[in-house]
Amino acid sequence: MPSRNHLRSRASAWDRKYSPYLYISPFFILFAIVGLFPLVYTAWVAAHDWDLIMGQGEFVGLDNFAHVVGQRAFWIALRNTLSIFILSTGPQVVAAIIIAYMLDSHLRARTFWRMGVLLPYVVTPVAVALIFSNLFSQRFGLVNSVLDTIGIDPIGWQSEVLPSHLAIASMVNFRWTGYNALIFLAAMQAVPRDLYEQAEIDGAGKVRQFISVTVPMLRPTIIFVVITSTIGGLQIFDEPRLYDQYGRGGTDGQWQTMTIYLYELGWTRSDFGMASAVAVLLFLLIVAIGIINFTITRRIANGEGRKSSTSRRRLKKGATL
Amino acid sequence: MSTTDFTHPRRRRLAQAVALGAAATLALSACGADADAEAGSDNGDSEAAAPDSLSVTTFNEFGYEELFEEYEEQTGIRIEHNKVDTAENARDSLRNSLGAGSGASDIEAVELDWLVEFMQYSDRFEDLSAPEVEGRWLDWKYEDAVDEEGRQIGYGTDIGPQALCYRADLFEEAGLPTDREEVADLLDGDWGNYFDTGREFVSSSESAWYSGSDNIWQGMINQVEVPFETEDGEIIADTNPEVKDLYDELLEASVEDELSAGLSQWSGDWSDAFQRDGFATMLCPGWMLGVIEGNADGVDGWDVADVFPGGGGNWGGSYLTVPTQGENIDAAKELAAWLTAPEQQIKAFEAIGAFPSTVEALESEEIQSATDEFFNDAPVGETLANRAEAIEVQPFKGPNYLLINVAIQDALNRVDVDGIDDADDSWEKFVNDVEAMK
Repeated sequence: MPSRNHLRSRASAWDRKYSPYLYISPFFILFAIVGLFPLVYTAWVAAHDWDLIMGQGEFVGLDNFAHVVGQRAFWIALRNTLSIFILSTGPQVVAAIIIAYMLDSHLRARTFWRMGVLLPYVVTPVAVALIFSNLFSQRFGLVNSVLDTIGIDPIGWQSEVLPSHLAIASMVNFRWTGYNALIFLAAMQAVPRDLYEQAEIDGAGKVRQFISVTVPMLRPTIIFVVITSTIGGLQIFDEPRLYDQYGRGGTDGQWQTMTIYLYELGWTRSDFGMASAVAVLLFLLIVAIGIINFTITRRIANGEGRKSSTSRRRLKKGATL
Repeated sequence: MSTTDFTHPRRRRLAQAVALGAAATLALSACGADADAEAGSDNGDSEAAAPDSLSVTTFNEFGYEELFEEYEEQTGIRIEHNKVDTAENARDSLRNSLGAGSGASDIEAVELDWLVEFMQYSDRFEDLSAPEVEGRWLDWKYEDAVDEEGRQIGYGTDIGPQALCYRADLFEEAGLPTDREEVADLLDGDWGNYFDTGREFVSSSESAWYSGSDNIWQGMINQVEVPFETEDGEIIADTNPEVKDLYDELLEASVEDELSAGLSQWSGDWSDAFQRDGFATMLCPGWMLGVIEGNADGVDGWDVADVFPGGGGNWGGSYLTVPTQGENIDAAKELAAWLTAPEQQIKAFEAIGAFPSTVEALESEEIQSATDEFFNDAPVGETLANRAEAIEVQPFKGPNYLLINVAIQDALNRVDVDGIDDADDSWEKFVNDVEAMK
């Protein structure tokens, strides 16, 4: 039966051609619904006059973007976002690697310590923010009281720009350092132990081992952590929103981040068009910084890798001397 | 043979994938259908039978906790009370629910300062007018909640006639009279007189005269007839000389004469200062009595004087609304009517000092003879009733009132609380903020 055979072979050809796409399609379908659609729709809203309650208005093209970029508040929000992001992500990743390294060594009650670092992550951000904003209260907060007893003038945690950023970054770090440390720890445990043995035989101390073996081997994990904390850091919302009683980011926008600004435009002033324009700009910013971070971390890791091989050679030389 | 070996498992897998996909779609559509069915049946229920529970959103203090328990005992309807910290946050979340078309409580409390704003969307709220509640409220309280088509979208809860709360013990230390009638005589007059007395006070006391400029501002701005917007919808906040004069007068007293404790209202520091002799006076609409009592728990010396700088003034006071998106509209209307009935308003007053807005409650013996133990047994009922009579101006509040008032309070706090700007620079920033709203 030629026709039947023909059909069958055609079906199997289709099968071979298309079924792989079908297998991977669930991800793409979900992504289209929860990822791509909101993205495109936000851009669509950004090109219109759009009221939170009354809905879609006239098409205005790039007017919303022009208006937003012309606002002082936008640039302040951008400055605050970048500043809080740098103050939180940088120390966080470094501290997480160091903590992970310590947890990876032979500790007593290892599980206890490992669970311990995860504890802050379990606490809801709202509770963290409430406790920290209490600690950093300007007049009667604990931090300023302690500073006062050791003779340092009280710091304007809620009135000045940099102190408020430090306070908010400390909340973020409190919450995320342990989580990232565990990710690093998992990656560290996958590093072949004979590398360390070899390094030890070569005469490398703990610090040298850490810099020349651990860090280069963690490269993919570092990239992952940096990218995720870039995204999280630039979208920071809970902590600054709960930092004072109003949640607008200070009387002069001292700690008003992009997301707070977006919220103010969209929900307080009910201008969804402008809020969406900010959202699109924030998206572009995250993509840009994400790419920059990706290249930097890749280069660092690569550079470290190269350096480590040369240093190992140097070490060997030293050993033979 | 080899081909069939390959194709068969593949085909099976293909079939599985298709089946999986189909199942997923089915599951999704089933969810949708379920949700629809649920919403539908709930709507039907509300007319047929009382719901198991109703949700109510309020902010700050309404004094409803015991009333809710009472209502539950009477009707068996459980009430989920969602208490928001500040009025501004309650406003934002209600806006969000209106925009999304869902998420609002069955009853939402709305404050006077942003009621006008929601009047723009009055069709998103149920018309609550009913013969049995006609004539229940003070005329102005009722009229503020009626839209252009004559629909009443809110039931008045409380009003905010302002008296002056003061710390008799701190007054005594500074050599000022302590008796509430003498204090009333002392402070009878305009804001200039109030500030002058403050200057006298701070010269012989370690405490400040008031908590912060934003508290005093509410008293001042609520006496201006047309503060921020004209009835034609024009924003005049930045050009209105009356506003600028008050701003300058207030900041001079706060900062140069150091009458202010430099605390922003509702902040953690502000609440703490009640326990630390931070300041000696506070503007006191009825609902503020409960706030002071809560924050100053255990502190002796608070009293209420039957006086207010510049005459009378109303600060705040709220309404209960029923958003149309709710699923238990009839039951919600019933509860709202019950909560704002004179008897219940009297109970809320006794609980936290929320001053009644209904005619009957205002005239009642309970209000007229009410005293407050915490405030040295002051006759708070009579005092506030007198203060309500002294109100001469009901300021016109346009749809941008709240946003503009928030902006100017930020301007005051930049100077008084944060100390990062002088009065003129901060005013410039305020003008920019207002420009952005136009």
